[in-house]
Amino acid sequence: MVSGSVLLPVMVMLPFLGALLPGLMIRAGRNVCSSFTAAATAAALVLLGVMTPEVMGGGTITAQINWLPALGLNANFMLDGLGLLFAGMILGVGLLVIFYARFYLSGDDPMGQFYTYLLLFQGAMLGIVVSDNILLLLVFWEMTSLSSFLLIGYWKHLPEGRQGARMALTVTGAGGLAMIAGMLILGNIAGSYDLSVILQNREAIQSSDLYLTALILILLGAFTKSAQFPFHFWLPHAMAAPTPVSAYLHSATMVKAGIFLMARMWPVLAGTPEWFWIVSSVGLVTMVLGALIALFKDDLKALLAYSTISHLGLLTMLLGFGTPMAATVAVFHIINHLTFKAALFMSAGIVDHEAHTRDIKRLGGLARLMPLTATIAIVTALSMAGIPPLNGFISKEMMLEEVAHTYWWGGEWPIIIVATMGALFSVAYSFRFISHTFFGPVRNDYPHHPHDPPIGMLASPALLALLVILIGLFPAAIAEPLVRVTAGAVTGGELPDFYLSLWHGVTPALFMSMAAVAGGIVLLVLHRPLDKAWIATPRPHAKAMFDRTIAGVASLTTWITEKTHDGAISRYLAIFTIATVLLGYAAYTGGGMPAPTREMLPVPPLVAVGFVLLIVATGAVVIMHRHRFRGLIITSVVGLMVAAGFIYLSAPDLAMTQITVDTVTVLLLLVALHFLPKDTPRDSTTARRTRDALIGIVAGIGTGALAFAFLMRDVDTISDYHLANSYKGGGGDNVVNVILVDFRGYDTFGEIMVLGIAGLVLFALMEALLGGPVSKRIRNMALPEDRSRDRHPLMMVIATRVMMPIACLVGIYIFLRGHNLPGGGFVAGLVISIAVLMQYMASGFGWAQERKRIEYHSMIGMGVVVAALTGMGAWLAGEPFMTSAFGYFQVPPFEEFELATAALFDFGVFLTVLGAVMLMLYSLSRLARYAGETVNEEPMDYDPSQRIDAAIEARKDER
Amino acid sequence: MELIVAITIGVLTAAGIYLILRLRAFPVILGLTLFTYATNLFVFATGRLAVGLPPVLNDEAAGYSDPLPQALVLTAIVISFGMTAVLVLISLGAYLEAGSDKVEYTTDDDDMMAKAEQDEKTEGAA
Repeated sequence: MVSGSVLLPVMVMLPFLGALLPGLMIRAGRNVCSSFTAAATAAALVLLGVMTPEVMGGGTITAQINWLPALGLNANFMLDGLGLLFAGMILGVGLLVIFYARFYLSGDDPMGQFYTYLLLFQGAMLGIVVSDNILLLLVFWEMTSLSSFLLIGYWKHLPEGRQGARMALTVTGAGGLAMIAGMLILGNIAGSYDLSVILQNREAIQSSDLYLTALILILLGAFTKSAQFPFHFWLPHAMAAPTPVSAYLHSATMVKAGIFLMARMWPVLAGTPEWFWIVSSVGLVTMVLGALIALFKDDLKALLAYSTISHLGLLTMLLGFGTPMAATVAVFHIINHLTFKAALFMSAGIVDHEAHTRDIKRLGGLARLMPLTATIAIVTALSMAGIPPLNGFISKEMMLEEVAHTYWWGGEWPIIIVATMGALFSVAYSFRFISHTFFGPVRNDYPHHPHDPPIGMLASPALLALLVILIGLFPAAIAEPLVRVTAGAVTGGELPDFYLSLWHGVTPALFMSMAAVAGGIVLLVLHRPLDKAWIATPRPHAKAMFDRTIAGVASLTTWITEKTHDGAISRYLAIFTIATVLLGYAAYTGGGMPAPTREMLPVPPLVAVGFVLLIVATGAVVIMHRHRFRGLIITSVVGLMVAAGFIYLSAPDLAMTQITVDTVTVLLLLVALHFLPKDTPRDSTTARRTRDALIGIVAGIGTGALAFAFLMRDVDTISDYHLANSYKGGGGDNVVNVILVDFRGYDTFGEIMVLGIAGLVLFALMEALLGGPVSKRIRNMALPEDRSRDRHPLMMVIATRVMMPIACLVGIYIFLRGHNLPGGGFVAGLVISIAVLMQYMASGFGWAQERKRIEYHSMIGMGVVVAALTGMGAWLAGEPFMTSAFGYFQVPPFEEFELATAALFDFGVFLTVLGAVMLMLYSLSRLARYAGETVNEEPMDYDPSQRIDAAIEARKDER
Repeated sequence: MELIVAITIGVLTAAGIYLILRLRAFPVILGLTLFTYATNLFVFATGRLAVGLPPVLNDEAAGYSDPLPQALVLTAIVISFGMTAVLVLISLGAYLEAGSDKVEYTTDDDDMMAKAEQDEKTEGAA
């Protein structure tokens, strides 16, 4: 026998796993699709059945899966009486609805989608009711809002569906947010997010200062979900969903999630005056208001929707009373409401399906045309009205009995009168539903001639109607054990002495019931004039108010966005810089500064010269930036000085990289500048320039001061580890290179990928640019004509030709020595790319391109692959990814040398850098060809040897 | 020495930010280059300054400078080249498409774009 702690999580997972099936199975037909959907639900139901005996025996099944213990978020599940009742409802009605929907959905509706959404919802709902962790519960709670959104908007072509879905999501989502806050407060008070712990902390929670805040926030979540006044308005609009959804989500399950939550939290939250006043008053108002509006609704589903609101109000009110007996009655009514309301929704769906209208004013006389449907609907509607011997009667009597003992607003009478009014309206709309739909003369103007549907569609509501009768007749045998276990779980303690039976004797409740039935019949008779008066009475329209609120919020956010995001990027940057400086200043003044611990190093004269050169060059860039060529060239002076600084400050690797990168950057910018304007016009005013200069200076002072502050103080660094292990662990003397290819090889791997992607992006952008309208524009562009007449001078061609092998040799040398001396793949890649670039520049694009053997794209790819394969090679030795290995070998007549896998990785780096740099420059220079630049096939503009030949010829001619 | 490094970082930052706040793409790219120098120096300086102590293991060395910031800055230099290249191409593309290398979007640009669209339409009609 598998224990419940295993079955419970499996049960919750089943609908989610099942949600994957419909989309696949729909290809095999609608019957297969619905069967597989039903199978997932049925399997979960079987698991629940296996666990039921233990729970009915008073036990609680728990399952603990640690998920994020640091956050207190664990996938803990708990199945007690309350969870059992709800899980049974969710899965049981779920199964019926799946069956019903198979016949309800038309051939045009995407059924796979429908069942997927439905199972997602089912899993989420199941998760709520068996969660033992309130954070987990919140996750499932939001999932029900989302799946409900998908289901309400299922008919995407209907605007009502989309609007209703949006409204439901907004209202329940906002409530859910409030509830998250409330739950977090609750968890903090109790010191745990586990429900079972929270439920033990009643005193601590109720005596906390934050009790009222937490209560209101949690109730906001529950009230929005369970459509309590004043949040009730979303539910009728959610009726735009297909009827199976309305029956399932919006009567039987999801809207009961709020009720469930109040019942779940009942032991810790209920029993205080605040709870009583808020919950019972809201419930009472909702009950009466819902019933009153339901009386005047002509749409069958709208009538049922308001009736649902009314019944949810009833349940809320009962829970609000805070007495164990009232909670027990609430539990019993949850069962009863489920049975009759789901059946009623399905009947309404059948009527709509058959007569093609749900408008009560266009119906009537259906009892003769569809007797089976009518029987089911009449039985269940009578139960809704609270007529004996049906189950609705029993729970309504018990509710009225509780009301009769409750003091509210200074006595018992106010609530007795108001609650009786609610019951009276309830009788009236139930009778109206029966008589105006099914009785009266048979009409001849139905949009479609109705008759009873196939048995498959009737089976589900018929089963529920049967339950309505059976529970009504034998409540003690059928419902009492479940009610007892569930109510025990809700109250968390001793249950009052109660028994369920049809006849309670002559009690005040009986008189209230009789008054309600009598009054309801009177209202039904007077319905026509009352309806006219109702229509004539002005009253607030929730949808219009909601739409106005949403529009208001939208225009407010638009206003804020437009004020702060006006598209001026320099403004954002300015704001960002100022904010950063201010934060830095706040940190500086807020924290203490320890005394400097380092001596300043002396400044030799040569360094001072370099420093002055750098400062002057930087100033010159700022002053002359309008002349772009000059600005660019002087920028490279700054770069050179920075590189010199790196050399002086013991960073030879950085200096090499800086110099090579700067060379390539300047080349790149020169190519780009050929197509850009050569001068920058003066766009900004003096005031603006002053402002920007001030921002720059302030930021500069801040950064400089920060740098100076930490430069004068010592620091603990992890670099000692790198220095100590570089040779032992990485087999290299150049610690910087060992860090790159070994200690932090993963980083480097990511970085070469970024560089490779940048190269490919450049290529792709250029491709897109040249394929678009720009290519036409470039062709007609007036580019500067002042250029050298000898574009490929003889001396340069010869010199680069000679230099090519030497440069390659230098590159290879730098690469090979990289592990032990300054150098490595990055620098080597840049050096070789400069060597190749020289060929492009000296001998021309076309000539160089023709002699290229490997595509730059594939070079990038090969580099990344080589690096990755090297990293993966470690797996073969049973080591983690990127672990390097090395060894020393001696092959006479050479000296002893080292071979390290890190060198192979570095080769990958080398290839990627070379490929990316070349691809970038190659891409940019393609522009020139489109601009009509001639491409030379010969290495030089004129061939001196030909000239000599010609001269010899000429001389021959002379002779 | 520390002081002049700090001043260098400060001056490069100030110049870089001033140029980044200009309204045309090219000075922004130059500013970004200067700002990159400043940032790289800043990160490099977190390893503190040392003269004549390169982080290359050697039996005679008196000590080593901090290798970790150097490794970080080395990749940063290469990556910033990639970023500059992408930026250059984007601004070049924007200039060729729109006929202006302004970095900001103003109402004038709206008018200009409307005009450009109009032109294209008439071109298409013709």
